[in-house]
Amino acid sequence: MIVAEQKPLEEIRSLTGDAKRVLVVGCGTCVTVCFAGGAREAAIVTASLRMASKIDGHEKAVTEATVQRQCEWEYLDEIAEQVRHADLVLSLGCGVGVQALAERYPDAVVVPGLNTTFMGLPLEQGVWAERCAACGQCILGLTGGVCPIARCSKQLLNGPCGGSSKGKCEVNPEIDCAWQMIYDKLKSQNRLHLIMEITPPKDWRTSRDGGPRKIVREDLRLPVAGKV
Amino acid sequence: MSDLNGYKSGSNLEKILRAGHFAVTAELGPPKNADAEVIRKKAALLKGCVEAANITDNQTAIVRMSSIGAGALALREGLEPVMQMTCRDRNRLGMQGDLLGAYALGLRNILCLTGDHQTFGNHPQAKNVHDMDSVQLVQMVVGLRDKGCFQCGEEIKGVVPRFFVGAAENPFGDPFEFRPLRLGKKAKAGADFIQTQMIYNVPKFREFMKRVVDLGVHKQTYILAGVGPLKTPGAAKYMRDQVPGMDVPDEIVERMETAGKGIEDKKAKAAAYREEGLKICIDIIHQMREIEGVAGAHIMAIEWEEAVKPIVEGAGLLPRPVVEAVPST
Ligand code: SF4
Ligand code: SF4
Repeated sequence: MIVAEQKPLEEIRSLTGDAKRVLVVGCGTCVTVCFAGGAREAAIVTASLRMASKIDGHEKAVTEATVQRQCEWEYLDEIAEQVRHADLVLSLGCGVGVQALAERYPDAVVVPGLNTTFMGLPLEQGVWAERCAACGQCILGLTGGVCPIARCSKQLLNGPCGGSSKGKCEVNPEIDCAWQMIYDKLKSQNRLHLIMEITPPKDWRTSRDGGPRKIVREDLRLPVAGKV
Repeated sequence: MSDLNGYKSGSNLEKILRAGHFAVTAELGPPKNADAEVIRKKAALLKGCVEAANITDNQTAIVRMSSIGAGALALREGLEPVMQMTCRDRNRLGMQGDLLGAYALGLRNILCLTGDHQTFGNHPQAKNVHDMDSVQLVQMVVGLRDKGCFQCGEEIKGVVPRFFVGAAENPFGDPFEFRPLRLGKKAKAGADFIQTQMIYNVPKFREFMKRVVDLGVHKQTYILAGVGPLKTPGAAKYMRDQVPGMDVPDEIVERMETAGKGIEDKKAKAAAYREEGLKICIDIIHQMREIEGVAGAHIMAIEWEEAVKPIVEGAGLLPRPVVEAVPST
């Protein structure tokens, strides 16, 4: 899932500027699961903004709404009226949600209430960790299911570097060395031959380096009106 | 390659190693400014003591004069440089462009490195590159030379850069049992020589080298054992406890501590520490010469270039040999 964190209230307040009517929009999917921008968090941010604006004497009318999935235009239709009445929309969706809102409502001023951080999973209650960097050409089949792009600090394809020590990454002892994990996994499965060959340089075109990406599936597209 | 008389690059380091001499290299750290004089002074300290000197590339992720610029200056002083190049700061375009420029300036040796992570340095906010890793960089530089092709496969029309290509390996990094195999990968990528991380734990290094020799990797690449003089017991402890991938046994720390015992005068104490540091380093070089598969020593006297001459002399490795003869193959 996409993992995000709420921005500090101070930053959120400064992003809302002098808008009189603010609509806080939560999202019911990833950011609900990671406790950053679901209905519960939207209610708290709404109350906090209201309170803070009251205290500083420039009271704002703050309302809230949570959609099931902020990253798809069609899910945003249900809040059309509320958006129209707001001077500013504070999105508690991930970066995709913020942009979906801004695209669906081109006249609305939309600002982010979250910092979208990574694609990852919950390790335990309250702890999330990165797993994938969406490089566009998955090599997990070579690396025992451990991603060196997202999880090695230097994105090495022929690791580990010289800084790997006691299972930890040189960057800090909080980070597990991805290449130690790759080695251990492949060794336990008797598949070390997979990393004995030199992995050639990656073609980063499938990653962000090729420019913004888009997937077109002709088999799924609807027929264009007027064309047969 | 008739122009190079059968040598891959014709560098002094290559000639010495091909001739079978126990090679000596050292390290020259460029300044954190644009002062050419610093390079001249340091080059004067190393000239004649070593085959070639590594010029570090933004070492520990701290901005310094570039290894190519400093290398070209060293060359003018008569000291052969080994240009270090990390994968941290440039992509394949930047690296190949720099390789062409470096060759045109007369540089002939390169050491391919991953690079310390930028969070250790003075620009922790920087974006790192890591378009390629060090193994792939070795392959690329070898490809420029042996295939006359850029990494993309396009032919180089005109002068082809022919470097003597090195890589590093840390025998003390984890997983320990994979290190000799990874060294093998670097040899397979075409590394002509290897310089290791600083060795203080000699028994563990022996174990590593035994595996390397069993795998036959020492026959595919020249292995230079990394050594370095300690300045103080504090430095030894710091390396033991704080530097990931360093292995400094307690005996070494104790040897350093003992050296200063009973000496009150601060200056005399510091001098005693330094002397012991040099002695330890010389001892380790002697031990390295006995280990099968070790082709030379790489002395890392970081910001202490003055130490190199007494170490090389103390190890009985002066004067350095001169090789002009054509190799047999
Ligand atoms: S290899 Fe690429 S796609 Fe696969 S997990 Fe890693 S970043 Fe994601
Ligand atoms: S220590 Fe491991 S995870 Fe960290 S950069 Fe090196 S190989 Fe990658």
